[in-house]
Amino acid sequence: MQRTYEVMFIVRPDMPEEEIEKLISTLESQVSSTGGTVKNVERMGKRRLAYVVRKFYEGMYILLTVEGGGQLIHELERRLRVTEPVIKFITVRVDEEQKRMAKIKALRDAKRKAVPQPAAEPGTETAPATA
Amino acid sequence: MSDERTHEGTATAAAPEQSAAPTTPAPSHETRGPRPGGRPGGGGREGGRKYFRRKKVCKFCVEKIDSVNYKDVRLLAQFVAESGKIVPRRLTGVCTPHQRRLSVAIKQARNIALLPHAGRA
Repeated sequence: MQRTYEVMFIVRPDMPEEEIEKLISTLESQVSSTGGTVKNVERMGKRRLAYVVRKFYEGMYILLTVEGGGQLIHELERRLRVTEPVIKFITVRVDEEQKRMAKIKALRDAKRKAVPQPAAEPGTETAPATA
Repeated sequence: MSDERTHEGTATAAAPEQSAAPTTPAPSHETRGPRPGGRPGGGGREGGRKYFRRKKVCKFCVEKIDSVNYKDVRLLAQFVAESGKIVPRRLTGVCTPHQRRLSVAIKQARNIALLPHAGRA
């Protein structure tokens, strides 16, 4: 039941830094209190918006990677909707995508290991990982 | 008619198909059937305007980019017109599964104001 979600939200640009930190820690505590884990917080900084959102031309982008269930996201989104400084948010579920990527990567690594073995001479046989 | 068949039976595999649906209508002067213009190679059939479109390859297949994320705006912006519209696949040469993922990613990016919605014109 551990799904991975990415929640990206935009905070209005005229918010002071401490307020933003406070907001993030509130969200983090809410996530952990409902049994989820925050894997990563990325502050992408102030960016120019592609269109006017609530009369703002710029915004602070923040990306949270969260692990938890659907109910957790429901609560998180409700809270984001109510919070005044947050002007936009989007939640994307990424665990399926990550699984798929891992599978493709594993396939590709297996192929790469299989191919250089007969080609390369058995002098260096310690699985040269082509990073 | 039978002469054509014996000629073309050796050349191409399906003899009755040649007489059934030839690309050249009636004239039996050319025993070789298909003209190059009649069968476009990889681009799909246009209404006969151009013969061949130079073979466009899918950028994602070539560079082996697998996950199209809504976050990398620079990649997505290459497939978006100036007006903000998503460019159709026949112009960019993207293959179908990647175009679908690209389209989803672009719409997500539009939602979060990383890309504009279709604006003027």
